[in-house]
Amino acid sequence: MIELIVIAASASLLLLLTFLRRKTPPKLRPIPALTRLYRAIGLSVEDGTRLHASLGRGNLLSARNGATLAALSMLRYLAERTSVSDKPPVATSGDPILSLLAQDTLKAGYQASGAEDLYQPTTGRLSGLSPFSYAAGAMTVVRDEHVSANVLMGNFGAEAALLVESAERVNVPTLGGSDDMAAQAILFAGAQEPLIGEELFAASAYLDAGPAHTASLTVQDALRWVLILVLLAGAALKVLGVF
Amino acid sequence: MHLLTAAVAVLIGLLVLAGYFVPALVGIQNLLLGWAMILAGAAALFGVFNLISVHGEKILRREKGTLYSALLIVALFATFVFALFLGPDHSAIQLLVNGIILPAEAALMAILTVTLLYAAMRLLRRRVDLMNIVFLATALLILVGSATLLPFGEIPLFGNLLRPWVNEVLSMGGARGILIGVALGTLTTGLRVLFAIDRPYGGK
Repeated sequence: MIELIVIAASASLLLLLTFLRRKTPPKLRPIPALTRLYRAIGLSVEDGTRLHASLGRGNLLSARNGATLAALSMLRYLAERTSVSDKPPVATSGDPILSLLAQDTLKAGYQASGAEDLYQPTTGRLSGLSPFSYAAGAMTVVRDEHVSANVLMGNFGAEAALLVESAERVNVPTLGGSDDMAAQAILFAGAQEPLIGEELFAASAYLDAGPAHTASLTVQDALRWVLILVLLAGAALKVLGVF
Repeated sequence: MHLLTAAVAVLIGLLVLAGYFVPALVGIQNLLLGWAMILAGAAALFGVFNLISVHGEKILRREKGTLYSALLIVALFATFVFALFLGPDHSAIQLLVNGIILPAEAALMAILTVTLLYAAMRLLRRRVDLMNIVFLATALLILVGSATLLPFGEIPLFGNLLRPWVNEVLSMGGARGILIGVALGTLTTGLRVLFAIDRPYGGK
């Protein structure tokens, strides 16, 4: 019952905040990784290099598909902004469904920017089906295909270290975020600009993806405050011996 | 067409979600999830075609790494043909898996250990700030706490006091905080997809 209430309240708040567009632009704290991504996008278009977005190997049929969906949202943004570049962005993934969705997302991004003719289906790639074969396949893209920035977003495991290392070897900056704790630690240690925790989900709001994305950030903050209050109240009640 | 796609996706999403709360809809939920599993199987086949087309294109354009792409395609077809005729449980196929694929993945895992160590060493060179120092100090503390001082067993203070405290109090608390953030992000992202605001299945 509690789950239903949380979902219903979040959905109502999300819809309400989306339709009641803010009159003033939201004040967002700077996230260095996303500031760097802006620069990387501009650089990619200007000097004819490409962006490599690696979406991880998250299975959309599993419960932990949120990071994957957030990564697809980011890919859409990247495709729209860099579709007119000499070298189109390449998206690699380690899950067949995800690779199909990546192709579709890239195509939608090209359509939205009016450059549908430039879309190449082979830019959305399945690089391997197991964690390490996926990493091995994606490493070659970073090394061989004139990549100017490596964006790792989605569900990764420890294999993220191999991707970060391969980018480091060719002096390509890596920006990354994952919902996996091991991958987060690896990205913190290895990536130039890591996204920690929910920053991965906030990225689309920072990249001007629309009022719904800003609204969802507000909903996350509201729910976080509710949780903090519930945790504090629970601790206080425990100290008082109520339960 | 895009509207129809979105409507179907939203309807199916809502039905699957409702299945968790309305017992009468569990049958429909299972049916839809069953269909999704079949589609996932078909997607695996498309994924393999994608792999072949990407590497085939590399070979045709004589791009860097053509030899590896050719090797991949030959190995893929050889494995496919052998497995088709002999069956996946045949000893030759098992040998292929246990003799080539597993050692190759184990080798990558071994490289990972060195890679992580190198990344940790590089961390201070790139960004010297409080968080990085805390990160490395914690990693070092856990390593020392996990090590044994032969023949005396675990290192006093580190092994029996500091490591468990960092692991079970600090680390657990931080991890739960991060996971709560991830869960909230997943919830709002899921809702955006459910309301067709984000459409990973295409459309403007």
